[in-house]
Amino acid sequence: MPQRRPREGQVIDGFTLGPPLHQGGMASIFEATHPAHDFPVLMKLPHLDGVDAAHIVSFEMEQMILPRLTGPHVPRYVAAGGFDTPHPYLAMERIPGPSLLARLRDLPLSLDEVAAIGAKAALAIAALHRQRVSHLDIKPANILFRPTPDGLRGDAVLVDFGLSHHGQLPDLIEEEFRIPYGTAPYMAPEQAMGQRNEPRSDIFSLGVLLYQLATGILPFGEPQHLRAVRKRLWRDPVPPRKLRPEIPSWLQEVILRCLEVEPGSRYPTATGLAFDLRNPESVRLTPRAERLRRDGWLAVLERRFNRDRAPRTGRPAVTAHAAPIVAVAVDLREGSVALADALRASVGNVLRTMPGARVACLNVLLDGYITGDAQHDDEGRSSRVQRLAELRHWAAPLGLEEGRITFHVLEGSSAAEALLEYAVANGVDHVVMGARANSVLRSVLGSVSGEVAARAPCSVTVVRPREAAP
Amino acid sequence: MIAILSDIHANREALSACLDHADRAGATRFVFLGDIVGYGADPAWCLRTVMDRIAHGAVAILGNHDQAVFARGTRMNGRAAAAIDWTRAQLSPDAAGFLRTLPLEHVEGDVLFVHSDASAPEEWRYVLGAEEARRSLDASPARVTVCGHVHVPRLFGLTATDKCTAFSPAPGVPVPLPRPRRWLAVMGAVGQPRDGDPAACYGLLDPAAAELRWMRVPYDVEMAAAKIRGAGLPESLADRLFLGR
Repeated sequence: MPQRRPREGQVIDGFTLGPPLHQGGMASIFEATHPAHDFPVLMKLPHLDGVDAAHIVSFEMEQMILPRLTGPHVPRYVAAGGFDTPHPYLAMERIPGPSLLARLRDLPLSLDEVAAIGAKAALAIAALHRQRVSHLDIKPANILFRPTPDGLRGDAVLVDFGLSHHGQLPDLIEEEFRIPYGTAPYMAPEQAMGQRNEPRSDIFSLGVLLYQLATGILPFGEPQHLRAVRKRLWRDPVPPRKLRPEIPSWLQEVILRCLEVEPGSRYPTATGLAFDLRNPESVRLTPRAERLRRDGWLAVLERRFNRDRAPRTGRPAVTAHAAPIVAVAVDLREGSVALADALRASVGNVLRTMPGARVACLNVLLDGYITGDAQHDDEGRSSRVQRLAELRHWAAPLGLEEGRITFHVLEGSSAAEALLEYAVANGVDHVVMGARANSVLRSVLGSVSGEVAARAPCSVTVVRPREAAP
Repeated sequence: MIAILSDIHANREALSACLDHADRAGATRFVFLGDIVGYGADPAWCLRTVMDRIAHGAVAILGNHDQAVFARGTRMNGRAAAAIDWTRAQLSPDAAGFLRTLPLEHVEGDVLFVHSDASAPEEWRYVLGAEEARRSLDASPARVTVCGHVHVPRLFGLTATDKCTAFSPAPGVPVPLPRPRRWLAVMGAVGQPRDGDPAACYGLLDPAAAELRWMRVPYDVEMAAAKIRGAGLPESLADRLFLGR
């Protein structure tokens, strides 16, 4: 095996190494170019001189997992060279811009930014979980953002799958090492106990990150030993509102729910977490929301010495649809009573098959003049408020308790675009909507449901009331 | 792409479904991993089909049931022995003679094909756990060993620190066998699955990508079972096909 570290200008498997981006303890990362790839590429090259087995195994894991991942929330895989070649490497798309690490200089962040970052990161984690992968090393350095065309913060991108677990591949790390690997401040309690097949570990880590962004403080400090990491199994963090009183109750509720010791008490899915961060009014508040002090010493001692309190995990790394988000597009303007009823019946059927589902009722306020929609009607009432009232009225017979149903009036020049954008941004699992009944309107405006069904990232149910025989 | 078909056990319906599937999936090489006959009601058809594929470049190796057809005194349980006695009467001298020509193992590139534990192929020992897998891997220089005999899909690997680990593959998911690690893959059975899934199982190995898939193919179980009953073979051999046990 070669002992020399890679250097700029070196050619490996057709890739020419550019300037180094990072020289870490276990690997070097270089910019790279290749005549066949016209987008920015980076190459990760593990050091082969005197590294321990953990680094090699972690590199093998990333080589196994990255090529199997797709979508905007991961860097695109380009090529790899294994440990049977002179220069093992992993080439992938380079995401421009700094990681979230750069924002840690400005802590605490504005609470709007905390929620926005959290929602984007949660959606990226959800996309990973849908591909049966738990990241298991969620931390600021591993979260980047794709820039939007106007230079804003776009989709979150997760990097470094060296500690990740794939539900359908051999887990080389679990097989090789009995001691847990991860980043101490962000590590979930079950990870500290050596469990690697729990996707909700990522939700815990994101909770630590949200706490840090909102308060400027790490909830469990920076422990140096595994024994100190395990303290989080029984010692709860100082409630964020104690440290920064302007943190709203709903945000504390969200953060502390992520930080629950028992994975089953956290958000069942990262999509649900993203949804709450985008829809504060839908967060169901519990006593967590108002807590201002840590648990008393008696409770802590009880947890500390109660051996039954090891977190219960061990489920396969898939939680998709444990708590799906169902968006129902309700068009109250032209829809007949029959369609409104059929739509409600259909949503009821979906809910019966998905008992944990949450419902988002959507209505689109078109900002064009084509349909003659005005922001205010004759009596000066806001159309938005009126529509919200109509949505609530439509949904009332469903009998859903607060926290399971939310109401949103979207704005846009195209109903389909607005619905699709909402579905993507909120990780919606299922869209239910009515078919446009009026064929004249449909031929003029096109079929909204047809377009949504064709382009949505999830299932779409199009509802049409049974037509009477001619 | 190499299709690997193990433990066909004279199940015509399962074999033809798997071959169709493998042909559609783009398999260009075929390796029959032993136990072409035994248990099932179509030994002659299955043997003819395998011999036909061999004429076109396929490879077959010997299994314990194949051996029992021509080697008297093989240890077997009552049902298996009854099926072998019945099988013997079904086969032409040609077919029985063909079984005698099958080798115990076959090497292709860095892959060893063998019916059971490679440390002593003629002993017909099962590779059930990490310990047996290590014994088998230690006995061969091949980087990847592929065997059958157990009828339950499984993958064993030797780690960088020489531990032997076990993994249960999911149907149809390509599992990488990264170099330079060493692996032992246990195929499921084409003709008599025993992992609770009645669908036939065969393997697709992509040697260039070093990836292996355990495919599951539903087939006409009713027909295969009816033929077993019709032939007067033990009822339980028909019943178990429905359960995959």
